[in-house]
Formats: sequence, C-alpha cells, structure tokens
Amino acid sequence: MKYSYFPGCTLKTRGKDLDKWGRAAAQKLGFELEELPEWQCCGAVYPQATDEIATRLSSVRALMAARDLGQDLVTLCSACHHVIRRVNGDMRRNADIAGRVANYLQPEVPYAGETRVAHYLEVLRDDVGFETIKASVEAPLKGLKIGAYYGCMLLRPSMEMEMDDPENPSVMEDLIAALGAQPVYYAMRNECCGGYVALENADYAYRQSQKVLDNAWNAGAEVLITACPLCMYNLTRVKDHPVQVKYFTELLAQALGIQEVSA
Amino acid sequence: MNPWLDEINRISGVNPRKCMKCGKCSGSCPAYDEMEYHPHQFVSMVESGRVEELMQSKGIYTCLSCFACVERCPRQVEPARLIEAVRATFLRQQHNDRMRPEDVPPRLEEDLPQQAITAAFRKYRK
Ligand code: SF4
Ligand code: SF4
Repeated sequence: MKYSYFPGCTLKTRGKDLDKWGRAAAQKLGFELEELPEWQCCGAVYPQATDEIATRLSSVRALMAARDLGQDLVTLCSACHHVIRRVNGDMRRNADIAGRVANYLQPEVPYAGETRVAHYLEVLRDDVGFETIKASVEAPLKGLKIGAYYGCMLLRPSMEMEMDDPENPSVMEDLIAALGAQPVYYAMRNECCGGYVALENADYAYRQSQKVLDNAWNAGAEVLITACPLCMYNLTRVKDHPVQVKYFTELLAQALGIQEVSA
Repeated sequence: MNPWLDEINRISGVNPRKCMKCGKCSGSCPAYDEMEYHPHQFVSMVESGRVEELMQSKGIYTCLSCFACVERCPRQVEPARLIEAVRATFLRQQHNDRMRPEDVPPRLEEDLPQQAITAAFRKYRK
C-alpha cells in the first residue's frame, strides 16, 4: 500500500527521529510513504477563526495533491495531523470556507474534503493491523512499562478528529502491547503538555509538562511515547525527571528489529 | 453595545447564549490557574459584552488551545473558539502584536522545534 506522506517542517529538522524511524518501520511492515513533492508548512496550529483562509491553504494544497495521486494522506506529527484533518473537515462542512478557498485557488478539479487523512497510528491500527505488527516483532520490548502520551492534538475535538475515544483512547496502548511491552494508564495521558506557549512563557509550559511526567511516573511508567515534536520538547525540558520520553516510531522500529537507519 | 462583539461572534461562530453555566469547561481546563477569567466566566462575559476586560486579560495568551473545554462542554459552546476570537480581534488592531520577530532569537533554545516558532507567530501576531 502506498500513501502520500506529509512530514511537516519539524520532522525535517528538530524532529528527524520521529520521521526516520517511522519511514524505516513502514518499509519493514510493507507500506510506503511517498513524500508529497511540494508540501508547505501546515502552520502548526489550527486557525480557529472562521474568516482565516490564507492559513488554511497549505493544508488544502496537500489534501488536493494527495487526491490527485489517488492516495490517502498520512502524517506523523500530531500537530500537522490536527491542522490538516480539521481543515479537511472545514472543506467538507463549511461552505463559506470551502467557497472562499476555491475562489482563491481556482482548482481545476473542485475539492470538497474527499481525501482520507490518516495518522500513522491509524494506518498501523486500521490498515496494517496490530496482529500483523505483533507477528513482525523481532525484539519484543519485554518488561518495559510504557505510558502512551496522546496530549491534546491527536484526539480533540473528537467530532472533527474522529481518531479514537477522546477520554479513553486505546490506539497507542494497543500498539505498546503489540510490541511486547506493558501499557501504563495514567490520568494525564490526554492532557496538554503546555504546547505552543513554550516560546512565550517557558515556565508555564514547564509546569504543565512536569505535571504530566509526575503523573505518569506515579502510575508506574518508565517511558512515555509521543507523536509530537513539541510534546517531546516540552517534556524533555523538565530537568532530571526519571521518566524517559521517546517517539513512538523509535520504539516501534526497535521492536521490529531495525538497528540503524540514516536520517 | 460593545463595538467588537459582532466581529467576535462572526469569526468565532460561537453563540455564548447556549451556555448553561455548568462550569465543566473550567473544571477541565489545564490553564485554569493561569487565567483571571476562567473559561465559563469568559463565555459569560462575552455574552454580557464585557469584551474589553477580556482583551486586556492574560488569559487570552495562556489558553493552550488544548480543546478540553470544546470536547467536554455538554452544550457545544466551544469556549476555546471564543477565546481565540477575542485574542484575534485584539491582535488585529494596529500596534497590538504580542510578539515581534526580534523577540524570538533571545528566547531560542537549541532544540526548540520549528513548529513552536510557527505556532507563536500564528497565535501572537496578525
Ligand atoms: S482550550 Fe483553553 S480554555 Fe479550553 S480547556 Fe484548553 S486551555 Fe482551557
Ligand atoms: S461547559 Fe459549556 S455549557 Fe458548561 S459552562 Fe462551559 S461553556 Fe457553558
């Protein structure tokens, strides 16, 4: 199976590890991520104001490019996923936004949100299947206690994201179990790390992330996995915390027996 | 009548009158302690036209856009959209940008992801 792939700006720079292990694991599991030829930054945050059109265009361009290739659009970064998925919903449901986007882009073929947007985790769950992943594991992560860190952007608002149960999600825990490790449930797995305030108000982001880590540690987690470079940054800024934070793709690749890949 | 109220209603698409004042948004909000007006109060203040106070409050910058309030509101009020609309209506006035490009370099830490800078510019500037 071949997918259009939107890496996003951070996965080309500070978040390279999320990307490189994800690509390697995909190859091993038999699906292909074909990077869109001319993608533009998604903008990192979803524009909530309904009159913003320019900030939606990069998402629409990516969605249309995938449509033209006849492929689903896959993302790895939680933030890109959040933005592109919601903009796709706008194109489907909000005639005013869709109309003004069309007026600007003048597309040869009209676009009405028909591309399927899937997060890499959804590809694993819905297209590959956790049973297949389990059968492909060569180096099970035996005994490792891993907490899934969803944060906010993967799941909410669930009416638009339609990815998992927003209050009691399972996709990452099911992956952890498939890799042979033990999923640890903790209350703050779907609470925010502090997110974008990291730049303007670093102490505030620090406090938020510390709460998440403490909560995970108290529940018995040794490692947290995330799909977001900003969560990774905020969580790892907390000094000397015993909980390690990893991209989920790194542990996936490790369990699949992938040793080294070049970035 | 407040001069900005129509604009806020227009760009948020939120009808604050749907709020039944249950407080679930504030009970869910991770930024609760960082806001002088908590999400349920924010909604109520927009409803009564007290927008200027909200524009001057730090809560418009401490809302994390985590959408917990949107998810959990039993009346689909979407407080986060309202907060963003108040912030945008304020920032879109001349001289009101919260962050300038020259404010960024001194704040950079080596492994800060690019998305944080992009997000900050989207959130704090016109
Ligand atoms: S989106 Fe903002 S107001 Fe709503 S729960 Fe999150 S931080 Fe609080
Ligand atoms: S959760 Fe919804 S209905 Fe309840 S106070 Fe907040 S905005 Fe109003």
